[in-house]
Amino acid sequence: MTVNPSGWRPSAPANEQGEAQTITGNRALMLEEPLLFEIGSIEQTGVDFADVPKRATRLGGLERSRQIGLAGLSEPEAVRHYTRLSRQNYAIDLGLFPLGSCTMKHNPRLNEKVARLPGFADVHPLQPQETVQGALQVINELAFWLLDLTGMYGIAMSPKAGAHGELCGLLCIRAALEARGDMREVVLVPESAHGTNPATAAFAGYRVENIPANAAGRVDLEALKARLGPDVAAVMITNPNTCGLFEPDMKAISDAVHAAGAFVYCDGANFNAIVGKVRPGDLGIDAMHINLHKTFSTPHGGGGPGSGPVVLSEALAPYGPIPFAAKYPDGSFKLVEEENAADEHPNAFGRMVAFHGQMGMFTRALAYILSHGADGLKQVAEDSVLNANYILRSLEDMLDAPFGKSGPCMHEAIFSDKGFEGGVSTIDLAKALIDEGFHPMTMYFPLVVHGAMLVEPTETESKASLDQFIMAVRSIAERAKAGDQSLKAAPVHAPRRRLDETLAARKPVLTYREPEPAQAAE
Amino acid sequence: MRYLPLRDADRSEMLRVVGAASIDDLFCDVPEEARLKGPIHGLPMHASEMAVERHMSALSRKNMVAGDVPFFLGCGAYRHHVPASADHIIQRGEFLTSYTPYQPEIAQGTLQMLFEFQTQVARLFGCEVANASMYDGSTAMWEAIVMGHRITRRNKTIISSGVHPHYVSVAKTMAKFTEDVLETALPELTAETDAERLISSIDEGTSAVVVQYPDILGRIEDLTPVAEAAHAAGALLIAVVTEPVALGAIRSPGEMGADIVVGEGQSIGVGLQFGGPYVGLFACREKHVRQMPGRLAGETVDAEGKRGFVLTLSTREQHIRREKATSNICTSSVLCALAFTAHLTLLGEKGLRQLASLNHARACEAADRLAAIPGVELVNSSFFNEFTLKLPVEARPAVHAMVEKGVLGGVSLGRLYPGADALQNGLVVAVTETASDEDIDALEAALKESVQ
Repeated sequence: MTVNPSGWRPSAPANEQGEAQTITGNRALMLEEPLLFEIGSIEQTGVDFADVPKRATRLGGLERSRQIGLAGLSEPEAVRHYTRLSRQNYAIDLGLFPLGSCTMKHNPRLNEKVARLPGFADVHPLQPQETVQGALQVINELAFWLLDLTGMYGIAMSPKAGAHGELCGLLCIRAALEARGDMREVVLVPESAHGTNPATAAFAGYRVENIPANAAGRVDLEALKARLGPDVAAVMITNPNTCGLFEPDMKAISDAVHAAGAFVYCDGANFNAIVGKVRPGDLGIDAMHINLHKTFSTPHGGGGPGSGPVVLSEALAPYGPIPFAAKYPDGSFKLVEEENAADEHPNAFGRMVAFHGQMGMFTRALAYILSHGADGLKQVAEDSVLNANYILRSLEDMLDAPFGKSGPCMHEAIFSDKGFEGGVSTIDLAKALIDEGFHPMTMYFPLVVHGAMLVEPTETESKASLDQFIMAVRSIAERAKAGDQSLKAAPVHAPRRRLDETLAARKPVLTYREPEPAQAAE
Repeated sequence: MRYLPLRDADRSEMLRVVGAASIDDLFCDVPEEARLKGPIHGLPMHASEMAVERHMSALSRKNMVAGDVPFFLGCGAYRHHVPASADHIIQRGEFLTSYTPYQPEIAQGTLQMLFEFQTQVARLFGCEVANASMYDGSTAMWEAIVMGHRITRRNKTIISSGVHPHYVSVAKTMAKFTEDVLETALPELTAETDAERLISSIDEGTSAVVVQYPDILGRIEDLTPVAEAAHAAGALLIAVVTEPVALGAIRSPGEMGADIVVGEGQSIGVGLQFGGPYVGLFACREKHVRQMPGRLAGETVDAEGKRGFVLTLSTREQHIRREKATSNICTSSVLCALAFTAHLTLLGEKGLRQLASLNHARACEAADRLAAIPGVELVNSSFFNEFTLKLPVEARPAVHAMVEKGVLGGVSLGRLYPGADALQNGLVVAVTETASDEDIDALEAALKESVQ
């Protein structure tokens, strides 16, 4: 094994800051870590088992003879491997993570504790229902509060994430339309929508058409009305929208959509701005998913698991999927699934997942809702909106805020790259923020704003934290406007410099391959 | 409120900077009639950590905990011992509270872990490439079916009767809304699978054949004949693995010719959790990689030439391709993928093989003991850690009777296939390393009484 198998050669010249390189490639607390397959061995293990009694196998003659190639590590090596890797990640626990539309708020540790109670963590999904009454009650209780907070009529708890919830909502709409013999083919999606919206509509078998935004960053109501017709099944709206603005015409949009015989789907990714303040049910919405991993703080985990319950209007509720947990007058809970659906939920469009949804997220979200209560959730919305407006007003003299003149924003503030000079662009500002110790904002989204920077601070940031971020952005923006070319080299203090994404896509290396013996001896 | 850092003095100062007289001024775009006038109705006010914990603990105590009783349930979710260090690793805040790694310079931890995960899954399944996880096994199977449709441009998929009925149900639900035609059948309580039916059903319109390995009744059969028949007709073989620990003992689907292998990764590293979150595994041949759904971590170099990892081939994905994407998936199940990869790293090849042989040995012993009960018949001639018994009575009441004796004795096929008369006496029993000798004794005694 070489001193440093991670590709950072000690013989490399000093970098442009003139820092001397170390023999190991490590820099004090910044520790390089090789791949598991470079340090582990198929002979090594971190788990002890009792000896297995020798007896004939009944594996159908299919015993595995070939080597699998799974490297193992002892427990101390494994803990160190993953701990070292973890330290190469930015996280909410480390600092401000203002990714727009992602709602990266603090994840309370009480929620981790309750999700690990054996009564929730160590229960099988197919246990007889008399042995899982508490689990069913959690699902039912959370469903109740989500309905209360949204003012809606019915709910599907099983979708696994936001995009899966979108799919659930569109399938409810499709089932409702088919039930009245109305085969419609088109779903309208604003240009500013999340990419999942059009992808979901296509996945559900619909043709997607865009509807334009107006100059104020809202859905163009007249253009929408002009396009509505007997072929339109649904309109997917994000409210608050991805420009960080509330759609003030939401009720008028809903009324027009309903008058045309179609349904309103709302992308609830931005519910954090209005939770406890506005009920989507009062805006004429027919279906909306709720990202429990956003508004209700279940940890995002580096890309999931999420959870995407969907609240439904009275018109759509009969078509929601199975299974779900129903409460009976005697106080008991029962799953409505294939067996009893014909009696209790006959119009269900079907089943979306193997079991009952993301139980581990339900326990966390319920603990979150109960911790905040009615007063706390309202404060969540208010503080998230206040924090975003504070950023908007503290930066708008330095960064172009395309909708800043039209009034306050909701829980996220949007800026453009207008005024940057010398070929410096949004990505350069974002990467320079990394060097200042922040996670960048969402970049180049939504597509309707040039070089968009979408900043969502969330309510769990202190004023001091916001002030430091504002100071850093102002300083970098000033350099960007002066065309400072050094921004293009950022980040210089992160575990890695900018990575070659073109190379990765042109010659994909998606799994580790052991080097050829000749190379290894080199 | 303990989770909100702003103090009233901060709020006043910030409102002043913003130029708003009150917080309501910031909600001016919300029409008056849509604004709630006071706090949301019905929900209590905020509560202390202690009070919430007390409420949640009370709910948790209303469940029978698998680890507290003799426990033998499987059918798509398996109880294995998860090393304490694996659960510790997923609670590292830098993994737990990070986002999808869109900024690779400060997400190398997640990206390298995913690259290692992809390698492990590909090797375990006998495939060339794997993605960075799906929601669960059932949704991964549907994604594999539509991927097959894209590759072959055919729309008929033949699903083996041995595939988990919930997975079939998910596929049937989705197929109602697409142009996919699914051929399905109910399983029979026999030692043989329906491989012959599958082979004879393949024709020039067939996109893919889907088989589960081991199947819902625990049977293991060589996939080679089905793979050859599918390939001869220009169709694909999709294999579904719901118990990946089995692959420490038996040949991988990829070795036997499967083109796409999907699975449920819960049984390695992830607890039962009443059904979720779990982690979908997805692997295939390299030539099909551009038709794959989901995120992919790939190797590259940084501006100084150092090795690093990025999300790659994202032109397949919704945030770039929108309605032309291969899938709508965005958030998947990365933290559960970390649990899977950490547990599999602790096991290593040696540990996985030991774990698998221990499971098989426990299951063989239990199968012999239970099959010796008068009237009880072992359906399987082959199995890994799960097998099906044909009882002399309906299995559902027997399961409830065993609960009365404090034993969670298996999954009745009546629960999985309501209304299928020929299956009502079937009981699927899973025996992992967590079942002690005393547990097997208790199961034997409880089943004996329950079938009399």
